[in-house]
Parts: sequence; C-alpha cells; structure tokens
Amino acid sequence: MVNLLEYQGKALFNRYGIPIPEGLLLINKAGIKDEIIHYPAVLKAQVPIGHRGTSGGVQTVKNGAELAEKLNSMQKASFGGFTPKAFLLERLVKHDKELYLSITLDRSKRSPVLIASQSGGVNIEDVPKEEINTFTLNQLEDLPIKIKQQIFALFDIKEVSRFGLYNLLDSMWSLYKGEDAELVEINPLAVSDDILTALDSKIIIDDDALFRHPYIKPDLGTNPLEIKAKKEGISFVKLDGDIGIIANGAGLTMSTIDQIALLGGKPGDFLDLGGTDDPEKVSKAISLVYESKPAVLLINIFGGVTKADTVAEGILLAIKKEKPAFKVVVRLRGFNEEKGRNLLRENGVEAFTDMTEAIHAAVTSVKS
Amino acid sequence: MAIFIDKNTRVLVQGITGHQGTFHSKAMMDFGTNIVAGVTPGKNGVVVNGVKVYNDVKTAVDETGANASVVFVPAQFTKDAVLEAINAGIKLIVVVTEHVPSHDMVELLLYAKRNGVTVIGPNCPGIASPGVGKLGITPNSVLKPGKIGVVSRSGTLTYEIVNYITENGMGESTVLGIGGDKVPGTTFTDVLGMFEKDKDTSAIVMVGEIGGSAEEEAAEFIKKNVSKPVFAYIAGVYAPPGKRMGHAGAIISGEAGTAESKISAFKKAGVSVAALPSEIPVLLKNLYKT
Repeated sequence: MVNLLEYQGKALFNRYGIPIPEGLLLINKAGIKDEIIHYPAVLKAQVPIGHRGTSGGVQTVKNGAELAEKLNSMQKASFGGFTPKAFLLERLVKHDKELYLSITLDRSKRSPVLIASQSGGVNIEDVPKEEINTFTLNQLEDLPIKIKQQIFALFDIKEVSRFGLYNLLDSMWSLYKGEDAELVEINPLAVSDDILTALDSKIIIDDDALFRHPYIKPDLGTNPLEIKAKKEGISFVKLDGDIGIIANGAGLTMSTIDQIALLGGKPGDFLDLGGTDDPEKVSKAISLVYESKPAVLLINIFGGVTKADTVAEGILLAIKKEKPAFKVVVRLRGFNEEKGRNLLRENGVEAFTDMTEAIHAAVTSVKS
Repeated sequence: MAIFIDKNTRVLVQGITGHQGTFHSKAMMDFGTNIVAGVTPGKNGVVVNGVKVYNDVKTAVDETGANASVVFVPAQFTKDAVLEAINAGIKLIVVVTEHVPSHDMVELLLYAKRNGVTVIGPNCPGIASPGVGKLGITPNSVLKPGKIGVVSRSGTLTYEIVNYITENGMGESTVLGIGGDKVPGTTFTDVLGMFEKDKDTSAIVMVGEIGGSAEEEAAEFIKKNVSKPVFAYIAGVYAPPGKRMGHAGAIISGEAGTAESKISAFKKAGVSVAALPSEIPVLLKNLYKT
C-alpha cells in the first residue's frame, strides 16, 4: 500500500484531467513573491492522515504576512505524529456544495466499486448508509453511461455541469486502472455554479504493481527498523513487547504472536522470513530483531521443504556475530531437522520440535 | 476421491525451469502427480525432471493433452502466463506466485469466468489430495490420505495444522490453500460447497486470518449450506490494526477484518473454533469418539 500525499494525488488528478484548484507546492516561504498568489488562499500541510483540518493542518491565509506566520507555525506542528515536509498553497474555491466520489477495490466482490454521496466533506465512514450509493464496475469495460446518469441525478447539479461530471468520472476510472490504485477518492468535490473542483485527493497504490510505476516510491513507513527490513526484503512489523519473534510464513508468524500473548507474554515484533533456508537471510533477520533489544528471541520454523540444518547454521552464524545478551529459543521442523536441532544444542541453543513447547519456554524465560 | 483434481488431471508447469518450478515439479511427481509438460518461453526442448519443456502453452497442450496448470512465473508476468493458459483451453490453474498486482487478478478472474476456468491463488500452496496428486507446494511429508478436508488462507500455518492432523493418526481428503491475497481466484465458500458434496470428506477444517470478510461470508454459507462438521482456527487475534501482517490481505482496517469478528461469526454458524493450532486434532478426535 502506497498512500500518496495530497499534492502527489493532485498531480495525478491533473494528469488524468480531474480539475483541481491552481496551487503551489511550498517547502518554505523563501522565493515566493506575493503578487503571484491569489489571496485569500488555503495553506495545507502535506501529511498522510485524515482530519488534518480539525487540528489546524488546513488554514486560510489573506496576505503574505499571514502566510509566513501560519507556515512557520505549521512547520513546527505535528499532525497525527507527522511533521509536514511540504505544503500546498491553493486558490480558495468558493462553493455551495460538497460531494463525495471514490473508486475502490471491493475485496468480497473481487471488483472495483464506485461510491457516490451527496454528503461530501466528511469522513465517508461517518455518513449514514442510506446516503451512500455504490455501483459495481467491470474492470474490462468503460464506465457505463447509466451509472454516470444516475450519479448526475443523485448529485442534483446544474444541467450545464453534466458533461463536466461525466468527464470527471471517466478520468477517475482511467486513473484507477492506469495507476493500479486501490483507492481513488475525491472528498470533497466542490460545486460552484457550473464548475466542479476536486478540493482534496486520497490515492492508495498497490505496492505489488510498482514495477509498472517506477516514479511512485514505495512507502517504507516511519519506524527505522521497519525501513531497514523492507530494504532487505523482510516482512517486519515492530510491536511493543519484549519477546522477539522470527517465523516463516505470515500465518505461522501471526499464530506465534497469538500463542505468546495467550500465555501472558508480550510479542516484540512480527518477522516473517518467508519460505527461505538461505542462512544469510536468517542471519540478517536475527540481526534486525537483535537491534530491537528483546528479552528473549523465539525462532519458529516449520519448513516442509526448508533445509533445517541450513537454517540452524544461519542461526549460529548470527549468534556468533551479534553475541546477543538475550536467550535464543528455537523450534525447528523440516528437512534434516534432527541434524539441525543437534547442531543448535551442541552450541548451547535451546531447540524444540513442538511449537507449543518452544513458545512456553520463551515466555517462561522472560517471566523468571 | 478429491476435489478439483482426479486421476485424469494432466498437469503442465509454467515456469518449470526456474528454481521453484524445478524443485516443486519434482515434489509433485513424487506425490504421484501426472506432470506431462513444462513451459518456459525460449526453453523449448529442454528436459526438466524428465518432463519436456515447451515455448508456449498452446503447443504443450496440443502435444500432451495437459488440462491443468501450476504457475511459478514471476509476478510481473503472471497475468500473461495465466491468460495464455486460459486461451490454450486449460480449465484449472493454480497460481503459486506471490505479489501479483490486485488489478491483474481482477482482470484475470473476469477472463477465467467467461471461459469456465477455475483459478486457485495467487500466493497459495495450491491443491494436495493424498493418493491422487498435488498441484502446488504443500510439503509431501505432512500429508496422509484420510477424511478431513482442509481449506486455508495461509501457507506454513496450514502445513503445521495438517501435520498435527496427520501426526494424530488422521488424514486428509484434500488440502486446499486459497492464498492470503486480497483478490483470491477461489474463495472459502467455493471450497466449502465442494467439500460438502465430496463423499470422501467427512469433516472440514478452515484456517483463516485477519483482514477482509472471507471468514464472515464463509460462516453465512456454512449456516445455510454445510451439514458436515466444521472446525476453524483464526490467526492474528493479537495483530495491531492498520499494519499489514505479511500477506497483502492480512490487515485490520478500522472495525473490519478483526479476528474477533471472524471468531464470533464462526461460533454463530456452529463452527468449533480452536484457540491454538494444536487444538484442531483434539477437536477432530472428539468428533470421532462420539
């Protein structure tokens, strides 16, 4: 999932022909001549969260002095834990109506759906169900005229805006398909007289499709360890507890976390090795968890085809390198598992056959 | 008997010359699967594990009568590979590859439906029916012929649970991994319907995880359509919201997709829910005692 910032989304809106207010992207006020700005203007902090308006992340400015002052205070502020690195300064669009439009992937229908509502400008989750209209789309077809007509009627806008709306809907659909979007949202869509303008953008791109979109950078998150893991191609999520976890497969890793928590332990991370027996990767994963300083490290490998002795070698390699101050508990199943477990035990690492026993050993070692 | 496959299934492996394709085609053959051809563009005439490799699926189908395919090609080329198989008349396609873009899957499934093709996966261990054959990557060592039908969104966790079943003296009719992605070709409800009809399956084990609403939909389906006993395990009870737990589909967003919601839906549908993977064989044994 790559969550685009408003200005990145609006650049795509512009490219696909969705009308947006004229605006400038600012880092700071240096070099900005007041005569090129249409005051009053709207200053918007570029942060990846909703509701930034309620916490002062969207403010109207009437002149250059006000812009400098508000820019200065926003640069120091934090919005949902994010300090803005860029700002969008846009012409204030006077409007008499705010509408909602989005296209998203409906997992249970396995199809894209178009969502339209007359109640724009608020979080769509807060809009009553009867005010939300959903249309299932066929990925292989153009947007049917029937759907466009229905949305036009629903929005109750002037006849002169009819084709503007139709074009906008077609553009959204092209953007959704062309950019491998999981969500394209315009909220609000402002209506002023006969003009439609997308005042905000929210776009999420499928990160599995980034090979087709080399200009969109993957979202690495904010946690330094998570960023490092992503660069190594390891699936890692930092959690709050003190029991480090490495397992193979997403389901098995989640299940390991659950069982630790059930026994009263506190899981410290989610680290899915995937189906690897590459000792180097095992070793890198251990170093990563090592950096998060757990009280104990539990490694849970169920390898049907994984070479268990090679995994054991990787574990020992990492232990030799990092000389961890904490205990390492290993559950190892797979090809040559007996050999793997013996290798570990010979080197002073606790090795188990059964998952429950290993988890128990890890949790008790922290408690005692 | 098994679901999806039988003794007449003639399997083609797309991407057979790659590391995964070569390794797993051997394992599938060891399991008794009739692998008749491999396809890798540009590798015509190469022989892998005694199987002839073709440049394209159409020629392979014409010469060998292949009617099912297992896809190991990289994610960037998976859509083209599956379309090629559909166009060549293959009716059952198992996609093992992970990281296939969601839009590619949505498009593929529309083509597949139009052509009466079943797609399983992507990002899945596929089908394994002990005594019949295997189209996928479930380790042979955990499988044993028996009466339990297993369907799962997970990989290794399924092997773990199947291993528990096998080690406790029971066996499996079919083990089917539908994959952990957002847009799976085959869903829980598809498989539940088939297990219900399959006379060689007497009980069903479902392995679910957080994210989406597939388990809730399965629970609804079970209430109306499944008379056989169903057991379930859900992973991700303690997963934090908003974080993707490995699988593309395993993410809790807002209220949706929590383990709590899934477990409660299952319980309402009369499904016995195990708190631990190791409880599954215990619940199954209780069933056979009564």
